[in-house]
Amino acid sequence: MEAASTTIAAGGVEALGLGATRRRHGERLIRLALFGAAAVSILTTVGIVASLLGETVRFFREVPVVDFLTGTEWSPLFSDPKFGVLPLVNGTLLISAIALLVAIPLGLGAAVYLSEYARPGVRRVVKPTLEILAGVPTVVFGFFALTFFTPDVLRGVFGLDIQIFNALSAGIVMGIMVLPTIASISEDAMTAVPGALREGAYGLGASRRQVSVRVVFPAALSGIVAAVVLGASRVVGETVIALIAAGSLPNTGIRVGESYETMTAFIAATGKGDIPTGSLEYKTIFAVGMLLFVSTLLLNLLSIRFVRRFREVYE
Amino acid sequence: MSAVDPVAAIPHSRRGDRWREHGFRIALLSCLGIAIGMLGVLLYEVGKDGLGAVNADFLTSFASANPQRAGIQAALMGTLWLMAVCIVFIVPVGVASAVYLEEYADSRRWWNRLIEVNIQNLAAVPSIVYGILGLAFLVRGPLSLGRVVLAGGLTLGLLVLPVVIIASREAIRAVPTSIREGAMALGATQWQTISRQVLPAAVPGMATGTILALSRAIGETAPLILVGAATFVAFNPSGLTDSFTALPLQIFSWLSQPQAEFKTRAAGAIVVLFALLLAMNAVAIWLRNRFERKW
Repeated sequence: MEAASTTIAAGGVEALGLGATRRRHGERLIRLALFGAAAVSILTTVGIVASLLGETVRFFREVPVVDFLTGTEWSPLFSDPKFGVLPLVNGTLLISAIALLVAIPLGLGAAVYLSEYARPGVRRVVKPTLEILAGVPTVVFGFFALTFFTPDVLRGVFGLDIQIFNALSAGIVMGIMVLPTIASISEDAMTAVPGALREGAYGLGASRRQVSVRVVFPAALSGIVAAVVLGASRVVGETVIALIAAGSLPNTGIRVGESYETMTAFIAATGKGDIPTGSLEYKTIFAVGMLLFVSTLLLNLLSIRFVRRFREVYE
Repeated sequence: MSAVDPVAAIPHSRRGDRWREHGFRIALLSCLGIAIGMLGVLLYEVGKDGLGAVNADFLTSFASANPQRAGIQAALMGTLWLMAVCIVFIVPVGVASAVYLEEYADSRRWWNRLIEVNIQNLAAVPSIVYGILGLAFLVRGPLSLGRVVLAGGLTLGLLVLPVVIIASREAIRAVPTSIREGAMALGATQWQTISRQVLPAAVPGMATGTILALSRAIGETAPLILVGAATFVAFNPSGLTDSFTALPLQIFSWLSQPQAEFKTRAAGAIVVLFALLLAMNAVAIWLRNRFERKW
């Protein structure tokens, strides 16, 4: 539709033999310049991949790939350095899992309420409020986790015996951070479910809960999955909350009260200093960055696929 | 989605259903309540610690090892410099990309489809990865600018460029085709049509999108940790090649200090950051309401 109208605008007149008799070089130049601007985004991707790939390859010349991917000890700055990335992956997965355990039920619950229960007036107020939460800078969530959630809520209210830097606080606060993303996208998917499906179910005597859970939810499932996958990708890529609240101790296992270092936190903590270009420490940033980039890319592609599916159904 | 069979989905009503309905509704409502409540608690916590810390001295002092005297002047100026670099970069590039994709690109061509998918993907790349890009290409490597304003601004610009492009495309798409056809029927060239009819009509939408992108840029911390200055900067940047700190970076660095007084300073800086974000969002909403046209 869009493409068709553009082609008519661009080439249709000439096709009818009514085009300008003189070639307009200015017009072609402008088109070329605009294409150049659009290509900046391609160059960005090329730049990201090139910067990651070059140093990663150089890293793997010094550290075998198998040692990197299967090693269980991460101590790149020690005099006898170990480059097993599993502790960082462990930290990322643990904190992400906690975040999603918080964000998925709360986000979907809020989405179902907004889409199926809330009156339009309530929705008009609540949705922008949730978007404020989505616009809060992540460093503020880090502040919240470190100065309030860990000492006052987890230690204070719940009396947990946990370290000041711990995976639990970082995970829960990260879940709150990503909750609006999951709620907003899955609410869009639920609102897009045609009213006829609901009316059919109501006509057969279904209650509102039954309509929500058995009709709207399954019908919007691909959009909901897309929202969750996108949320997962954001959580895996989140840096500052993990760095501030979970600390930077490469750790294994699932002891949520202890400090864990995520892949992102390692990159930030190491890239902060003035390590010399070309040193092995410098290259570790890129190797870990590559792993992070590939995992979030896979999640994003998955999410885009699911979004397409739910658009195909109803549009 | 023909998988949903309405008849099979509805069991016969049982006793206790009313309670179940009630319980479900309350459960959903508390999900929403927790989300909104968290926002409330977060704002309260920041305000409680931070409002008292903000005064003229705080805004005009530089970073200091003494928490009582530490202020945010350099961070605030750094953030404004970053915003300036960011605007200069993202407005022309973002708008031109959007014009190309909406008005010129033939989406049957593979390279145009590649650009579209690529922008979608870039929008979801973790911000720290942009930091790595900035570190490898701008701070060191080919350009070797060092940890300066220009490197920071461009890194943030690349990070939010997809947001600007997506918002500008929507604004351009909202201009009806009849406007373009009218201009062309009067003999305007395609570029005349775009520059004199389409773009002016799309300016409010594009401006709103740009402001929202900027407000995302100034809240970003992770990429600046990699391309930003050393955390202790006691001067304002005076040019593109000066080193800098920025509000989120200053907040992060204060949070890393062991003394509790620095946490209060961090809360004060968050209040200032919030004020800045609030002002920008207010402008965006005002622009949208004031100039938005229904065709």
